Amino acid sequence: MIHQYRNNGYNIVLDVNSGAVHVVDDLAYEVIAVMDRLQGSETPENAIKEALADRDADALAETIGEVRTLIEEEALFSPDPYEHALDRLADRPVVVKALCLHIAHDCNLACRYCFAKEGEYHGERALMSLEVGKAALDFLIAHSGSRRNLEVDFFGGEPTMNFQVVKGLVAYGREQEKLHDKHFRFTLTTNGVLLNEEIQDFVNREMDNVVLSIDGRKAVNDRMRPFRNGDGSYDRIVPKFQKLAESRNQERYYVRGTFTHFNTDFSEDVLHLADLGFKQISVEPVVAMPEDAYALQESDLPILFEEYDRLAAEMAKRINTEKSFHFFHFMIDLEGGPCAIKRLSGCGSGTEYLAVTPWGDLYPCHQFVGNPDFLMGNVKDGIKRQDLVDEFKGCNVYAKEKCRSCFAKFMCSGGCAANSYHFHGNINDAYDLGCELQRKRVECAIMLKAAESAAEQSESE
Amino acid sequence: MKHIKTLNTKKLQNTVKKGGCGECQTSCQSACKTSCTVGNQTCEKSRA
Repeated sequence: MIHQYRNNGYNIVLDVNSGAVHVVDDLAYEVIAVMDRLQGSETPENAIKEALADRDADALAETIGEVRTLIEEEALFSPDPYEHALDRLADRPVVVKALCLHIAHDCNLACRYCFAKEGEYHGERALMSLEVGKAALDFLIAHSGSRRNLEVDFFGGEPTMNFQVVKGLVAYGREQEKLHDKHFRFTLTTNGVLLNEEIQDFVNREMDNVVLSIDGRKAVNDRMRPFRNGDGSYDRIVPKFQKLAESRNQERYYVRGTFTHFNTDFSEDVLHLADLGFKQISVEPVVAMPEDAYALQESDLPILFEEYDRLAAEMAKRINTEKSFHFFHFMIDLEGGPCAIKRLSGCGSGTEYLAVTPWGDLYPCHQFVGNPDFLMGNVKDGIKRQDLVDEFKGCNVYAKEKCRSCFAKFMCSGGCAANSYHFHGNINDAYDLGCELQRKRVECAIMLKAAESAAEQSESE
Repeated sequence: MKHIKTLNTKKLQNTVKKGGCGECQTSCQSACKTSCTVGNQTCEKSRA
């Protein structure tokens, strides 16, 4: 299976099963297209020559030779060896390696698109106690098997509203990791309202990553991220985020925003964040039900595609300049990326990744919290719904019909189970609009790799 | 090659046998939370 496309002046061919990415000239692009239309790697040379009879014969023969070499190397039209690996996925022991701790089901903002419903997750406002948090870390250690790296995200609502417990849990985690030969990687996701020197120092000392929520331009941010009294949050958080990003040497953080139907020109928001000096930027499409006014619609897709292309082209121009920055969804690791097993098995929700409520209840991930059908157990009593673990364990790229023919399947690994559930009522489907955007992002991400490679080449010449 | 430039040398199919150690980051712990992005994660072994 291959995927070929043109973007920003590059002819790109992705060989899906090997992950090989080829930048090709026009003639090779046509040769590969003809082969894909006919019999793939089995296409007879005569058929290719016949289809491209008006091309220069020597150049055509040379190109076909190069294509044949790649086929022999299993870097083009390569076969799918992964279905055989599914048994290994099914047999793998379930270990928990990451928890999303809902430190506070409360928030000092009232973001309109919040899936946590202003922090409360369809329930009551609550703060996690130190005791419940410690039980969660104990649960994680006890169920982590031989995994050494354990991840804990302090999430909410707004976790800084319960910061003493965050500090207490980090201290407890540091003590326990020594006793059990583990390594905790802590992450904080915050809206920044309560960020101060003390929290910043603590975050820089203890947090592997920090996610700073902001949507972009002031008007865009303040429309969707107001305080409960309706005032915008932009002016309050921007200076704090800038200071924090600088204090971390512009590393190991993301400013993270959400774009909606109200700002389909979201590339402006990404570039605005870059203009504010941020180097690590993530701006994601909102996931909302069609009845919500801010929900993205199918009719938004053409402009969203253009926006991703525009953003990618601008980032290509900035390669090796002071104005360059990272955009989370355009980052792709072609050489040191995840193994095939990881790409088959997805995000790990419901198996190796669980969310914990303030009172210790376990859910497959933060997006299922509050839905009683997905209550899996409690940190003190353990998992009670093995059927849910089994269901999530069986969720992989090959379990999803829509993914089988998708070129991006090994990049998103089957997509978000929660999105599938919210739109189709089961976790083995796919959120179609999200898939369209994911495919475009993969195309842009690969194009940027081609641009980086071209920039390297021109520098060395 | 004259007509084709390949950007990466590592082949995904070669990672089936030795992969799956599970030490890498969970995708939603990075900056996702509403989408699943795996392709940009880094292999813990290649980082070492």
